[in-house]
Amino acid sequence: MTGVSARSVTGVSARSERTGFVPRVLIVPAVLGLALLILPLGALVLRVEWSTLWSDVTSPQALAALGLSLLTGAIATVVCVVLGVPLALFIARSGDRAAGALRALVTVPLVLPPMVGGVAMLFLFGRTSWLGGALAEWGIRIPFTTTAVVLAQTFVALPFLVLALEGSLRATGTGYEQAAAGLGAGRWTILARVTLPLAAPGLVAGIVLCFARAIGEFGATALFAGNAPGVTQTMPLAIYTAFNGAGVSQGTAVALSLLLLVTAVGVLLLVRAWRVETPR
Amino acid sequence: MSTVDAVTPRDSAGLDASVVVRRGGFVLDARLQAAAGEVVALMGPSGAGKSTLLGVLAGLTGFDEGAVRLHGRTLDDGPGRRTPPSARGVVLLGQDPRLFPHLTALENVAFGLRVRGASKAAADEGAAAWLRRVGLHDHGGRRPAKLSGGQQQRVGLARALATAPAAILLDEPLTSLDTEIAGDVRALLHRQLAETRTTAIVATHDAVDAVALASRLVVLEDGRITQSGPVRDVLAAPSTRFAAAVAGLNRVVGRVDAGHWRAGGLVLAASTSHLTGGSAAVFQPGDVRIVDRPPTGPGEWEARIVRLEQTPAGVRVRTADPDVAVDLPASRAAGLEPGSALTLAIDPGAVRFLAA
Repeated sequence: MTGVSARSVTGVSARSERTGFVPRVLIVPAVLGLALLILPLGALVLRVEWSTLWSDVTSPQALAALGLSLLTGAIATVVCVVLGVPLALFIARSGDRAAGALRALVTVPLVLPPMVGGVAMLFLFGRTSWLGGALAEWGIRIPFTTTAVVLAQTFVALPFLVLALEGSLRATGTGYEQAAAGLGAGRWTILARVTLPLAAPGLVAGIVLCFARAIGEFGATALFAGNAPGVTQTMPLAIYTAFNGAGVSQGTAVALSLLLLVTAVGVLLLVRAWRVETPR
Repeated sequence: MSTVDAVTPRDSAGLDASVVVRRGGFVLDARLQAAAGEVVALMGPSGAGKSTLLGVLAGLTGFDEGAVRLHGRTLDDGPGRRTPPSARGVVLLGQDPRLFPHLTALENVAFGLRVRGASKAAADEGAAAWLRRVGLHDHGGRRPAKLSGGQQQRVGLARALATAPAAILLDEPLTSLDTEIAGDVRALLHRQLAETRTTAIVATHDAVDAVALASRLVVLEDGRITQSGPVRDVLAAPSTRFAAAVAGLNRVVGRVDAGHWRAGGLVLAASTSHLTGGSAAVFQPGDVRIVDRPPTGPGEWEARIVRLEQTPAGVRVRTADPDVAVDLPASRAAGLEPGSALTLAIDPGAVRFLAA
């Protein structure tokens, strides 16, 4: 409406309308921040031993670790969506006080060192606990299995999805849901055709953050799932092993890091391309 | 619930809602009725409970006592037995039509048809027909953000009526539109409500909406219905200050004593025999004149200026003791100042007396 016509008047007004009134000097810390994020990755790329890169990244152990990372990361993300979307919905539709309390609970794994999370999960699912003991009687053992990897990743990644989606749901409010209900839509229809599509930006952002966090997860996995190649050794653990491995050159670690970096960026770009399709 | 017994029950077709909502110190206790196909205007000051009442009818707002019946069907029978919004067939269309921003205009209108089980093709066809009825057949592919406020309201109306609702509730539907667009949408609303014979409640603060859209007017003040009846009758004989203000009239409550009606410094001859005790004088602000001498008899009084309000036609002078508004052309208002005194006069023939 008015915004559209004003934007098309002149290039100058369009420019100031877009840039707003940020103090110009803030460009300095902004660039420093960007440098802090980018330069280490540049340093990593500089240390790549290109001669052995291909054999390093195609070694059976590297491919196994990459495959395990992608598989567990994907499963953890699906679990986060299945559990996190309902959780975000209930937090977003709670009263202010309840929502604040629930949000604080969800945030705990974010502020906790992941290793502490790993120890805690070990205590919960270990044989000595009531839950671990009960599971053991059914013949189910979780610690130091691939399941443990997924659980550890879910533990650290779930808050990202819940918080991103909850913010989006809360900002949209319930007005459109009320309109849909008045038109005869039931709860499931409203969820699928109104609530989630309107929260799509938050959901996509949450999924991206969630998957990225799951792929990079190290501390909780190391303690709760261990470092067994092919079973629980994900990329971060493989990289750590390569760095500490006696007599092994750091080139392998660097190559694996590069592989993880490229994979992660690839997934991000893929999701971004999908995101462009989503409205709003 | 004393109000319930006082009203004669109508036939079962139409809307009959009788509800009590308690919110802290505020109590809404109202019975609202509309015959099938009737459009009822609901007017009241801000905070009178109009939106709360519409929310109850739409099933969005809880209530403490009462029942809501629509076309012979009991939607709510007490606070514990309520039909969910999706199963009532009641559409609430507010100031913001709440068009789904991720859907096109056509998809918005088709939404209600789709959830009723229509195939995509059938829903699209029905939606296109409705967009044509509201004059937007060539805007079906646009998202709401690309539509003007008036166009959005038209799409909202099409989306609501496409579901053939049992009742439609309009909450200030024209308030956010500028005057000319509001006139267009008002005419469209009137035509479509009449053609579809949809039972409708229109909450509005504008008497123009009530006159143009509704056959009956219900005045809601401080949670209670203070007056109801045919729109023109209510506006001609307002029984409260608010209703008088809506109708653009002065309503001054006074007492009849020995053939004279008195309110503060204003005395009028009241020969009508049926007037006794308290009664209200109703007259147009434009019928009050300023005279440049002290008052000499009935129909003339000395008033004190409280406030001057600029109006498109001139100046509205608010005076005290009694509270009377006077409309003057701008040229007559020169030299008037708040706090100063002046002599006002009203022709007895311009005054009607109502029981207070």
